[in-house]
Amino acid sequence: MFLRMIRGTLLRQWKKMLMIAFTIALGASLASAMLSVMLDVGDKMNQELKTYGANITVVPKASSVLNDLYDVEGDTSGTYLREDELGKIKTIFWAFNIVDYAPFVSTQADLPDGSEVKLTGSWFNHHMELPTGETLDAGICSMRSWWEITDGTWLDEQTMTEEHSAMIGAALAERLGIHAGDTLHVDGTEAALDLHIVGVYDAGGDEDEQIYAPLHTTQTLAGLDGKIDSIEVSALTTPDNELAERAAKDPSSLTVSQYEIWYCTAYASSICYQIQEVITDSVAAPVRQVADSEGAILEKTQLLMILITILSLIGAALGICNLVTASVMERSSEIGLMKAIGAQNGAVSGLVLTEIFLTAIFGGVLGFFAGFGFAQIIGHTVFGSAISLKPMVIPITAVLVVLVTLAGSIPAIRMLLRLRPAEVLHGGH
Amino acid sequence: MSLLELRNIYKIYGDLHALDDVSLTVEKGEWVSIMGPSGSGKSTMMNIIGCMDKPTKGEVLLDGVNIAKESAKNLTGIRRDKIGLIFQQFHLVNYLTAVENVMLAQYYHSMPDEKEALEALDRVGLADRAKHLPSQLSGGEQQRVCVARALINYPEIILADEPTGNLDEANEEIVVDLFHKLHNEGTTLIVVTHDPEVAEVAQRTLVLRNGKLHKEVINQNFTGKIQFEDRQEVQPHA
Ligand SMILES: Nc1ncnc2c1ncn2[C@@H]1O[C@H](COP(=O)(O)OP(=O)(O)O)[C@@H](O)[C@H]1O
Ligand SMILES: [Mg+2]
Repeated sequence: MFLRMIRGTLLRQWKKMLMIAFTIALGASLASAMLSVMLDVGDKMNQELKTYGANITVVPKASSVLNDLYDVEGDTSGTYLREDELGKIKTIFWAFNIVDYAPFVSTQADLPDGSEVKLTGSWFNHHMELPTGETLDAGICSMRSWWEITDGTWLDEQTMTEEHSAMIGAALAERLGIHAGDTLHVDGTEAALDLHIVGVYDAGGDEDEQIYAPLHTTQTLAGLDGKIDSIEVSALTTPDNELAERAAKDPSSLTVSQYEIWYCTAYASSICYQIQEVITDSVAAPVRQVADSEGAILEKTQLLMILITILSLIGAALGICNLVTASVMERSSEIGLMKAIGAQNGAVSGLVLTEIFLTAIFGGVLGFFAGFGFAQIIGHTVFGSAISLKPMVIPITAVLVVLVTLAGSIPAIRMLLRLRPAEVLHGGH
Repeated sequence: MSLLELRNIYKIYGDLHALDDVSLTVEKGEWVSIMGPSGSGKSTMMNIIGCMDKPTKGEVLLDGVNIAKESAKNLTGIRRDKIGLIFQQFHLVNYLTAVENVMLAQYYHSMPDEKEALEALDRVGLADRAKHLPSQLSGGEQQRVCVARALINYPEIILADEPTGNLDEANEEIVVDLFHKLHNEGTTLIVVTHDPEVAEVAQRTLVLRNGKLHKEVINQNFTGKIQFEDRQEVQPHA
């Protein structure tokens, strides 16, 4: 009987029920899309932000902050890192999360026109055979991928023909009237070399006034064989939590099991810690700026998504409210009759709620799949990759649909409870 | 003890006395008509007897229980168990078949029983229309479905508010005949009507005017059969 009643209503009021299902589907699709993106976006955002460069820098313990500030000359022990230890970075526990890294060494050199220039040595596409048998081409070719080559090509360490090649910043190249293929004489602190310019880059910053050369060339000019200033590391990290923050301040404050968890999780701080373990007298730290802006962007994006979700759910609730109220009003004499022949309030509200919930389930399932599709569109346009389905999204969406449907049905149910059969049944005569 | 007793009932809307000090007693098995001009309070009285409304003042004793004091929930229960309702506008659920409409009353009372519902339809002469939707039935047939629905749970009283108001003469006669049958079986009937011919077939006619009981007529030669003599004379001119 109950089923016949429900079938009857659903068939007779199918337009209204379809509208209700559609409204719920709309709300559910937005909610599930936002949830899918939100839950998946942490990883996506990390990968996205990684392309903006290093997220960990390694400097000597007797930090070169002084050097940078006062340009202190001279070789004090502990102000350089050792080039021969670079390979060890790919041997740490989280080696697989290290996607790229490059060493840097800088010096000042005189140009033929008498001006002084900052010359930086680094890896361009340094080829490494790792102890694990893998190979890795690391260096600024990939870590400075946003550089625009305005003339010539990237410097290729493997096919380099001249002994001393280099790349020059666009601003400096223009000032000196230098093009790819030209030779530039530079006078370093220890030696003078003729650099073969293979490319001109536009970095959009200070680097446009500098010269980048292979590590070995720069070390020769500055007399710093085997020494480096800093290392930039690009690593995939897990967003920090309270444990990671505590550990970053002082790993020894953790209990053994906490330490274990921390050490074996790819937090930026635990990766830094492990890098310090393998590079002598080094200090590794997350690049604050990147890490902070990463967090800020993530927070803002999530806030925006939560707002969209809440607004769409409120909208859905209001829409449902209208539709369900209209549906109950349309049936007021039928509901009055049921009460007149003995249906208690509970039975009538049960009937109406069942109808609405059947409709809501239909709409919710529809909306969920639509939302997942919608999330894929967002994933592809914003992050350039698919959004994976997190199982969490299903129960959360279901709970939201139930809450929204209930909230939207409240006014109609209240009306239904207040409805007195005498008023509707004897009307109109 | 009388089945139904109204003691000094008032129903007041603002300063309108829809019922103004009405007292009335109905015995078990009686067939009572209520007449009166439009707005005289007939429906108001039926609603109060039918547990769908409460009087502003006064007592309503149904089977010795003062229903004027009961909660809405209990009133629904009393209505379900003791009262069968028939309305002028039928009020059938239009997506349920005739037999399902009868079963709906069983459903809210206890358990739907299709066999019993079919028997009830048979009693009102609609066995062959059981699977029809209300829209496929004539007005008279719809009202007969309503009669079947009203009697399915063996109510103590059947309340009919202008049951023939929307029916033609032939159907009116069929419905009145059904009432007669129910009366013979011992059912208590209270029938509101505009129509003197329908009123006269009852044992007793109460006339309401401005919410007051204006007069009470005992039908001396009660037959329970409707007489159309007057109207048959009038009809050719209509
Ligand atoms: N809910 C109500 N609110 C105000 N006045 C009402 C209400 N119900 C009925 N009335 C008034 O009470 C009087 C009696 O109505 P009713 O019992 O329906 O008359 P009838 O004898 O035609 O069935 C009428 O004047 C009607 O307007
Ligand atoms: Mg009336």
